[in-house]
Amino acid sequence: MSWNTILFVVAPYVAIVLAVGGTMYRTRREAFSVSSLSTQLLEHRKLFWGSFAFHWGILAILTAHFLALIMPVIFDIWNGSQMRLFILEITGFALAAWALGGMLILIYRRLTSKRVQVVTTKMDVVVLVLVLAQIVTGMWIALGYRFGSFWGTNVFVPYVWSLITLRPRPELVAPLPFVLQLHASLFWAFLIAFPFSRLVHIVTLPLPYLVRPWQKVVWVRRDREFVAKEKKDRASAGIG
Amino acid sequence: MDVRAHMSMLFHLDKCIGCHTCSVACKNLWTDRKGAEYMWWNNVETRPGTGYPTGWEDQEHYRGGWEKNWLGIDLKVHTRTKALANLFYNPALPELDDYYEPFTFRYEDLFNAPEGKHQPTAIPISAVTEEPIDIKSGPNWDDDLSGSPIYAANDPNLEGVSEEVRQQMGEIERVVFNYLPRICNHCLNPACVAACPSGAIYKRGEDGVVLVNEDKCRAWRMCISACPYKKVYYNWSTGKSEKCILCFPRMETGQAPACAHSCVGRIRYMGVLLYDADLIQWAAEGSDEEMFDRQKEIILDPFDPAVIEAAKANGIDDGWIDSAQKSPIYKFVKVWNMAVPLHAEYRTLAMMYYIPPLSPVVSTIEEGLVRLDIAREQIDFELFNSLEKARLPIQYLANLFSGGNEEVIEKILRKMLAVRIYKRRESVEGVIDDATMAMVEAADTTPEEIEAIYRMTTLPTIADRFVFPPYHREMAAEAIFGDPLARKGDTGLGYTKPPKRGA
Ligand code: SF4
Ligand code: SF4
Repeated sequence: MSWNTILFVVAPYVAIVLAVGGTMYRTRREAFSVSSLSTQLLEHRKLFWGSFAFHWGILAILTAHFLALIMPVIFDIWNGSQMRLFILEITGFALAAWALGGMLILIYRRLTSKRVQVVTTKMDVVVLVLVLAQIVTGMWIALGYRFGSFWGTNVFVPYVWSLITLRPRPELVAPLPFVLQLHASLFWAFLIAFPFSRLVHIVTLPLPYLVRPWQKVVWVRRDREFVAKEKKDRASAGIG
Repeated sequence: MDVRAHMSMLFHLDKCIGCHTCSVACKNLWTDRKGAEYMWWNNVETRPGTGYPTGWEDQEHYRGGWEKNWLGIDLKVHTRTKALANLFYNPALPELDDYYEPFTFRYEDLFNAPEGKHQPTAIPISAVTEEPIDIKSGPNWDDDLSGSPIYAANDPNLEGVSEEVRQQMGEIERVVFNYLPRICNHCLNPACVAACPSGAIYKRGEDGVVLVNEDKCRAWRMCISACPYKKVYYNWSTGKSEKCILCFPRMETGQAPACAHSCVGRIRYMGVLLYDADLIQWAAEGSDEEMFDRQKEIILDPFDPAVIEAAKANGIDDGWIDSAQKSPIYKFVKVWNMAVPLHAEYRTLAMMYYIPPLSPVVSTIEEGLVRLDIAREQIDFELFNSLEKARLPIQYLANLFSGGNEEVIEKILRKMLAVRIYKRRESVEGVIDDATMAMVEAADTTPEEIEAIYRMTTLPTIADRFVFPPYHREMAAEAIFGDPLARKGDTGLGYTKPPKRGA
């Protein structure tokens, strides 16, 4: 097997299976361990500058990546004029720089706040390094191989779709420059780390909060009656 | 009418001696763990003071409770969308130092220190970082008014109390304070539940206990800001929020919560209240001054046949109804009208009640003698006719309890004084004269009621103070495991894995 196959066929599938399976297992069976593990109580000043910038920056960037994947045509249309291409690229780069700035503050915080260090695990370090590497390689690509939003939709998006449609065409990635391959490979690593680290909190984004009723009342008695009835029904049906 | 039952506690502040036994009992039972050292699910603060966490009543800063607007009420901490926007950083979250940095001492130094000229000492170390620290505060740092120029002087409940009276409160001969034990109020309209983006916090329908499902908690920590009483805490080690559970495992087996059970002053009472869940929203939408009356309004009379019928229709069994009828809380709150919730204006409809404390008459020292600031001929009825001479200003108590409604507090204090004066006349002087009877009437009470209040206040047995309904855990066990004895002898509840921090 060539490196190309390992990195761009085997790795992505392994990563996806691990990410999905691992996340399902963890959120169901190890629910207690799923948490954003906020450290705001221990230190809040640096967190304010770091967390805010990092999260919003990275969210915007990820949304752009996602859009490029599902509706590449938007980018093609938008980039029809050079002016708009510049605007998009500059905005994207600025957002990435913002996220990077936030990330650096967060790393500085981990290094300098004794209280935060107490709750820092090895996995946290792995996550920090991975995300930092992702942002840096992304920015490197943006600078070195202008303009990603222009060629990306034609060169990279088809490869990702080939993965999604289970007809992998790793040869599409083979001629791409090293950083690009690295950026993609790091993403697989990110996926693999996902279920085993605090990253898993991303899937618990509480969107239902926007619509749920304010108050929540749980009736033990009703659950109890429900369980009893189930049992009876099953017994009378001759099951269990 | 949607009748539900609630387990409520009542604190008779006139009896609290500020011994902190309750806090220690609770700590030993529930929060003597890593990450929970700084939590005091039960704490006792000296008032006037800024409490624990420092300044928790400053809702402009911590944004707890509900706010009234033209539409109804809204959480003060966030709108739904703002909740999501603030996930990454919650601007209203207290920091560890607002509580205090938990500490312990390096005891091994006492044994390991090399031989020398001086006694070795156990230096204080932070329970978080385990590094030596300078202890700068603690959960009851301002106990008994210590440091009062910083703490007591900044008590937000002094708002509206004149500068002159404030000065007086600090003078050594007139100094006054009372203790305020606090636990989670297991509110009817809990802001913590409403603020949780994950929906991890819920109220138990059967008894009203508010609990955090830690399997669902994702450390978004909105509940901590939203609770106006600052009674949800974030465990920095496990990354989950925790709060007072009203010792539900104890209540389910007929025992009083640890704080109440261990209370040295025997100030705590527990019992069932029936309430009308349909009226919660209406009650929460009153103006500040109305809040107290509305909250009382939704508590139902457990002797009323219509209420009993509706309760039964809702699955509340005879045992609970019987318990509600015997409830000391019901008596204090609805029959005797002597109890108030803490800060009714927070609109969470706190279900733990307080009987406000009486305080001595303002006095001055003249020529080495104490002179009471009250006319000679009134001395028998001391404060009764001149409540404004009480050392704790009515305004202060009203700010603390009834949303600024002074009338409520005055009535309660009058009744308490009536009980005291009546019983003193009866037992010391042996006669009840017309003046006393006039006072009884003015306090809107009767000799029978006075007797009952007196007994429940000074002579209650443990069975009078704690009236627990049958929880029927055996039925739950039967429903779930089939054989009610299947789990007999097993220990523990809930988790089968240690609650360890995730990676
Ligand atoms: S007092 Fe208890 S129930 Fe009420 S809002 Fe605070 S934590 Fe929630
Ligand atoms: S144990 Fe009772 S008397 Fe002592 S501080 Fe607590 S509530 Fe007050």
